[in-house]
Amino acid sequence: MIEARIRKQYAPRPDSTGFSLDLEFRAADGVTALFGSSGAGKTLTLDSIAGFVRPDEGRILLDDQILFDGAARVHLPPRSRHCGYVFQNYALFPHMTLRQNLEFAAERSPRLGRHRKVTEMLEKFHLSEVAGRRPYELSGGQKQRCSIARALIGASRVLLLDEPTRGLDAPLRAELYSVLRQVRQDFGTPILLVTHDTEECFTLADEMIVLRDGRAVQSGTPRKVFEQPANADVARLIGLYNVLPVEIRSLDPGRNTSRLRYQDFELAGPYFPGRLIGDQVSLYVRPDQLSVAPQNGRPAFNQIPATLLRTVQKPERLRLEFSGDIAVEVPRDEIASNGVKDWVIEFPSRDLRIL
Amino acid sequence: MPIDWFPLWLSLRVAVISTAIAFAIGLWLAWTLANRVFRGKEVLDAAITLPLVLPPTVLGYYLLVLLGRASPIGHLYELVFGGPLVFTWQAAVVASLFHSTPLLVKSARAAFENVDRSYERAARNLGATELRLFWRVTLPLVRRSILAAAALAFARSLGDFGVTLMIAGDIPGRTQTVSIAIFDAVEAGNGAPARVLVLIISAIALVILTLANRLTSNPFGPRQTAL
Repeated sequence: MIEARIRKQYAPRPDSTGFSLDLEFRAADGVTALFGSSGAGKTLTLDSIAGFVRPDEGRILLDDQILFDGAARVHLPPRSRHCGYVFQNYALFPHMTLRQNLEFAAERSPRLGRHRKVTEMLEKFHLSEVAGRRPYELSGGQKQRCSIARALIGASRVLLLDEPTRGLDAPLRAELYSVLRQVRQDFGTPILLVTHDTEECFTLADEMIVLRDGRAVQSGTPRKVFEQPANADVARLIGLYNVLPVEIRSLDPGRNTSRLRYQDFELAGPYFPGRLIGDQVSLYVRPDQLSVAPQNGRPAFNQIPATLLRTVQKPERLRLEFSGDIAVEVPRDEIASNGVKDWVIEFPSRDLRIL
Repeated sequence: MPIDWFPLWLSLRVAVISTAIAFAIGLWLAWTLANRVFRGKEVLDAAITLPLVLPPTVLGYYLLVLLGRASPIGHLYELVFGGPLVFTWQAAVVASLFHSTPLLVKSARAAFENVDRSYERAARNLGATELRLFWRVTLPLVRRSILAAAALAFARSLGDFGVTLMIAGDIPGRTQTVSIAIFDAVEAGNGAPARVLVLIISAIALVILTLANRLTSNPFGPRQTAL
């Protein structure tokens, strides 16, 4: 379990704008994803935990050990932190064989069991046949497994992965996912993963923390984050459709209704507590909550006309993407688009959410 | 006509010793320049490189003043070793040090700076102390470049003329190195021994340079990009 409060400031320079990281989070056992676009401070967070970067203020706890404490001036060197770090380029030592790479990492465990431990790891990660090869003689998947094995062998108490799937093709990605699931199962080591890939969060992570400009904007299970993004920024970051800028025209708490203006159309929604008439807000509806029909005359109540841009085949559903960044997902056999271009989209009043 | 082989042996001896000393000093200086942050770093680097561009007479003059019998250093040397430093073959070692060290520092600094930082981070992350990181990771990674630099430094030491002449002098059988012997032989009109020594020195230099080139190519397989 990691508990971290990290503050790090980079003053603006002539060649770069400043950056400040101000983050507080907790990563329990299982897989936690630090999610965000590049420049959000994900890798900086990881480096602070590993000890490569010294935060200005804050406190980092791993289990019960203090790795960093700004007030008490504690800053353990990376070698004493027992954080297994998997680098983006794997950083396998090129002058050593695979086995030697693992032995290097195993040197802090007792001499007696070292050889056996290395052999076990090689077997567990299906590397026994290539143990005598140098990194440049290995395939991408083998390098990846080796770097994970190397990070785990020194009795790491947490595994840190820096964008592990960047630049990997689909089969390698799938392989990594299964290796990491295996690691979680066999070693029980908590995993902290940096990623900008939503699919990765869904496939791997138990919890995700969404970072933006050095701040945590939302955390929770990936399911929860995707279903209820905390605000429009998060929705945009996780690549959601159907975030529409609207203005609140009227609010009626008694009847639990509201009226919203989107471009030239009026939509009816539920009452939004804590909002005022005239507020400019972001409206969000899940694609599967919308329904569509070919346009036929004037749009009816709570309907908006839109042009169909393309349809995307999903395993069980069909996604219709419309102008204005609106997407609708329908069961596969429910609709045949038949080349119709003009549709109306119906917004169900009670499912409208404001971010 | 018999050839006096002493200058050749002396030159080889001087080159071996000065390269060994330059190796130790140069590696330390290069590592410091590459890894430490301090004020006046680039000034230090420039000062180390200076002997490569100064005229040999200027450098020789400095050394004479610095190490001569009247100077504190010269005095101390005399106290410890019981004789003056200048105009001995040891002075020739000092003379070539000032050319071999900068060569080593230049290449080794570049090599250290070229090591992919993620290897060093990885080593620290895996529990390595700074010492173990240096011996087991950094040094093996730059080994070839540094050996190549040492070979260059050796070749350079072998042929030093001006500075050696200034502070070690030209005493046949004691401080006369091969390049000085060649100069003397040509001056005296002895073409034959000069020709032999010239060819031998050229051959040695060629072999060393070829070796150095081989060392710097293709360190860890075709896909290695760090070096």
